[in-house]
Amino acid sequence: MSTMDASPETNTGFKRVRVIDHISRMVRRQPLGTGGAIVIILMVFMAVFAEVIAPYDPEANSFEHMLVAPSLEFLLGTDQFGRDLFSRIVYGARTALFVGFACALVGAFGGLILGVASAYFGGWFDLIMQRIIDVFMAFPLIIMALAIVSIFGTGTDKVIIAITIPFVPRCARVVRSSALAIREMPYVDAARSIGYGHMRIIMKHIAPNVLAPFLIMLTAFLGEAILLEASLSYLGMGVQEPTPAWGLMLQGGAEEYAESAPWVPIWPGLAITIAVFGFNLFGDAVRDILDPKLRTR
Amino acid sequence: MKMLWRSAATTAFALGVAAIFGPASPATAETPQYGDELRLVVGSKIPSYDAHIESTFGMIHPIRPFYSVLMRVNPDNPSSPTDFVCDVCEGDVPKPTDGGTKYTFKIRKDVKFHDGTPLTAHDVKATFDKIAFPPEGIASNRQAYFKTVESISAPDDYTVVFKLKNPTGTFLPSVAMPYNFLYAKKDLDAHGYTWHQKNINGSGAFRFVEHVPGSHVKGVKYENYHHKGMPYLNGFTAISAPKMSVRLQAIRGGQADIEFRGFPPKARDDLVKALGDAITVQESDWNCVLIVTPNHKVKPMDDVRVRKALSLAIDREGGSKYLSRIAIVKTVGGVVFPGHPLAATEAELSQLAGYGKDVEANRAEAKRLLKEAGHENLKITLHNRGVDQPYKVVGTWLIDQWKKIGVQADQWVQPTTPFYATLRKQKDFTISLDFNCQSIVNPIADISKFLPGAGNNYAEFQDEQLLKWYDELLAEGDEAKQRAIIRKYEKRVLDELASQFITLWWYKINPHRSYVKGWKIAPSHYLNQALDNIWIDQAEKKRQLGG
Amino acid sequence: MYGYIVKRLLMLLPTLIGAAILVFLLLRLVPGDICLIKFGGEGAYADPEQIRQCQVNLGLENPIYVQFWDYMKGFFVLDLGTSMWTGKDVTYEIGVRFELSLQVAIMATLTSIVIAIPLGVISAAKQNTMVDYVVRGFSIAGIAMPSFWLGILMILGLLIGTQEFMGRPWMPPISFKSIFDDPAHNISQLIWPALATGYRYSAVATRMTRSAMLEVLGEDYIRTARAKGLIEKVIVNKHALKNAMLPVVTIIGIEFAFLMGGLVVTEQVFNLNGLGKLFVESVTQSDYTLTQALVMLVVTIFVFMNFVVDVLYAWLDPRIRYS
Repeated sequence: MSTMDASPETNTGFKRVRVIDHISRMVRRQPLGTGGAIVIILMVFMAVFAEVIAPYDPEANSFEHMLVAPSLEFLLGTDQFGRDLFSRIVYGARTALFVGFACALVGAFGGLILGVASAYFGGWFDLIMQRIIDVFMAFPLIIMALAIVSIFGTGTDKVIIAITIPFVPRCARVVRSSALAIREMPYVDAARSIGYGHMRIIMKHIAPNVLAPFLIMLTAFLGEAILLEASLSYLGMGVQEPTPAWGLMLQGGAEEYAESAPWVPIWPGLAITIAVFGFNLFGDAVRDILDPKLRTR
Repeated sequence: MKMLWRSAATTAFALGVAAIFGPASPATAETPQYGDELRLVVGSKIPSYDAHIESTFGMIHPIRPFYSVLMRVNPDNPSSPTDFVCDVCEGDVPKPTDGGTKYTFKIRKDVKFHDGTPLTAHDVKATFDKIAFPPEGIASNRQAYFKTVESISAPDDYTVVFKLKNPTGTFLPSVAMPYNFLYAKKDLDAHGYTWHQKNINGSGAFRFVEHVPGSHVKGVKYENYHHKGMPYLNGFTAISAPKMSVRLQAIRGGQADIEFRGFPPKARDDLVKALGDAITVQESDWNCVLIVTPNHKVKPMDDVRVRKALSLAIDREGGSKYLSRIAIVKTVGGVVFPGHPLAATEAELSQLAGYGKDVEANRAEAKRLLKEAGHENLKITLHNRGVDQPYKVVGTWLIDQWKKIGVQADQWVQPTTPFYATLRKQKDFTISLDFNCQSIVNPIADISKFLPGAGNNYAEFQDEQLLKWYDELLAEGDEAKQRAIIRKYEKRVLDELASQFITLWWYKINPHRSYVKGWKIAPSHYLNQALDNIWIDQAEKKRQLGG
Repeated sequence: MYGYIVKRLLMLLPTLIGAAILVFLLLRLVPGDICLIKFGGEGAYADPEQIRQCQVNLGLENPIYVQFWDYMKGFFVLDLGTSMWTGKDVTYEIGVRFELSLQVAIMATLTSIVIAIPLGVISAAKQNTMVDYVVRGFSIAGIAMPSFWLGILMILGLLIGTQEFMGRPWMPPISFKSIFDDPAHNISQLIWPALATGYRYSAVATRMTRSAMLEVLGEDYIRTARAKGLIEKVIVNKHALKNAMLPVVTIIGIEFAFLMGGLVVTEQVFNLNGLGKLFVESVTQSDYTLTQALVMLVVTIFVFMNFVVDVLYAWLDPRIRYS
């Protein structure tokens, strides 16, 4: 299987650069990436201070204000239950970030562990692991996620499981190919011959050196998870009412009354787009900085 | 019961509201035009073509036009649930003889199946035998409705006799159900009892042309249809469109003419606002209701105080006013279809928990009950079906209602199949949103939904009193006494036990292109779907759509 | 070379068998019983005897290993069985939807090529200028924007636009007609989803075109061409583009495979009767036979497309070792 071969190679010789350097380099050389970082910071701010920012309770019905157009009272208008869209979008950032970070972190860490183990131990374990990963990677993400949601049911926590599971093998594949190169390095052999334990070699020599592909996958997952959650919720198989979530806000009444109340489908879609846009810009910048093959460009 | 239906047959009572708005007043009789095709959008799927084993409008809307039935609701007066007329039988609907235990139908001699075979009494007998007495291993979804039928016979080619074990008022409404498609005996004999699941040979107004799964069903005018002069249409296409927004936009954007299930009022208003007199709106009360079903075996739903508090929290009056603008529900009612003589009056309803006019008092009482039960900060999960209208919309509303008595609720939504598996098999829900929806309005049969132990009651409780009253009701012939029993039954279900409770009854709104003529709304989306009396004003259609 | 192809082909087998096992197991974990819903319908009373009979008929009462054996046997004798929901042949159910999905996938791929290649080339030629940033922003926005949302906006725009400018509202047809029967109807229905998804999938291809172009533009023979005084336009269009196409073709091939099964959400918006919608329906109805066959079809297309791309790559690019 060569699914990941399509993405730029990520396997050899990563240098460890201090975080501070990353940031300063990024601002100078990655104006797009900096823009992405700003979007992310704004989003985190919205999510953390939702209670302060949102003028209304995002879940309280108020039928006397049903489908009100954007105004000073309701900045972005209201939906069919009379709920303030601005407040729902602010709280929706919380849902999106929670799902995004949970899936990306668990998925990438799971991948890191499996990938490093697979590369380090090699042999039969590696062979079987790789065949299992092949199988998982042969499924389109959304199909795998839908199948898992059908098993566990809907709701925020279940959606996180459904998105995380297909992420793990994707990250494991990339981490493994980097780890394989490190494993053959003389100093790893040396460490082994001195009699260091597996755990120590992995933690001290291998793990730090696969950090770059790990971080690249992690940031790429963030946007992808938010988009997948939105898709599942839109299908009615994801986050459920009354929880504020952007994909959910595009479904049902948003579409049915789109013509007389176009603000209902427009804002949440825009929120998804801007958020994923930000994460992708940021992710691209991280990749450019961490991936030496692309660094020259 | 016998008495009810006898009296009902003569005094066809007007039910609820059935109204038509729009430019074309139904009073001005127009001459039907022949020709053109109807494009209808259907929001559900076709599991099989055999209506005897199905119960979804997803197959009634596209397949019913291919078949005749023995008798049906009057297509010119479908809002009355007791005004039945003959389809393939001759003359008036028969009156029972032999003390109410024998019904003799005369069959028309001019009915032919689409393959040319004449339809006779033997076909009718074979059909109802399949429904009422299916052989081992053959499914029949409405067998229970014909439990009182002792035998069906065809003494000659054009007479069918139903012998009943005892007199019952539910027999004729059961026969008139739109699911009782008439099949040819020769098809059943030659191909077996499952052939009709995948093949169609009916005697309805339209001949089957094609069914592309997931896409559409096409029918073409049947020239030898037994109702002379009909159908008016050259054909119809039933297009599958599971999303309501697509169905709406299709009517809006000229890709479809009509939808027969129903839209919420807000959608109606948008259509009327955008298209003006190009839209005709028909509205009716609807014999469907969403029922909050607590699982009595799960804590804290075993506590009547908690159940009652949850019912008291619901502002039905307010819901009827506001929620009804975005959901296909509207009418406040008890266990019986509102508007039916057996239904509770407003005064009677206001005696029940959660129906009182003073919402704040109801909610204060709810809070008191919760406190008394020791569940002041109750957290529950509402189990709901993954269908927008009206389930999820009502679910979201319910959660907000409960929040007002301090109950924190979230929603657990499942697609239809696992949803029913949870209700029937896993039974691992705390509180769920079930529904009851019947074709012919038949309250005495319909309220068996609330009986403990009934096959379609998922509340998991026992109550001898309800069972006793229901037996009394079945044996009772006098309408006033039936009414009295139902009131006791209703109070016990909704108030004393709060074993299940009613949200709002559905309200059917069908906005359609005004060039679609002749179709009248019924209190059920299963009824009046033969399409034989529909016609299209072609000049008007051209004006609206061009081309 | 042939050895490589055979080896690659053999490697497909464990993947496909593994996928078959995975699908089978996943589906058995989905709660729900197709017989319950078939006979219970919408709230009706379901006779337990009938449900049992239905389960017997569908083979659901057999022990799990018997079901698995029947299922695996089906693949090898190419008998995929009948849909548990409709009773029709699975091959028929899939066949009905296949043409639509294939056509949308082709049209979306074409759209993405038309967008991606010019943009990628411009972006590389004008590297690190404002043009480059705008193009990259545009293509990243394509990945960021949910294509179903773009679809919602398209339909909304069409309804309002036609009302404004043509006097009567119009929306794309909602039922499929083959392009061979009614090309106008067909194109006016499918062009919109193709645009919505094509834009999204163009993003990856644009990026790939850009980086491949950059790599080629840095190579010696391009420098030579520049030194010889050839016009930049000719260099870019004639020399560089041709050599940069290989990775771009690769990525487009793989995307095409994804488009065949991955349009689950977009199909909902446009009421397309395609494989994605069929998947959602069959998995929520616990229609085991249909879901299994459908997923295996998508997986097989995907795995096979990868194989073709790998072989092509190996064949076209002599630097790759057949290891």
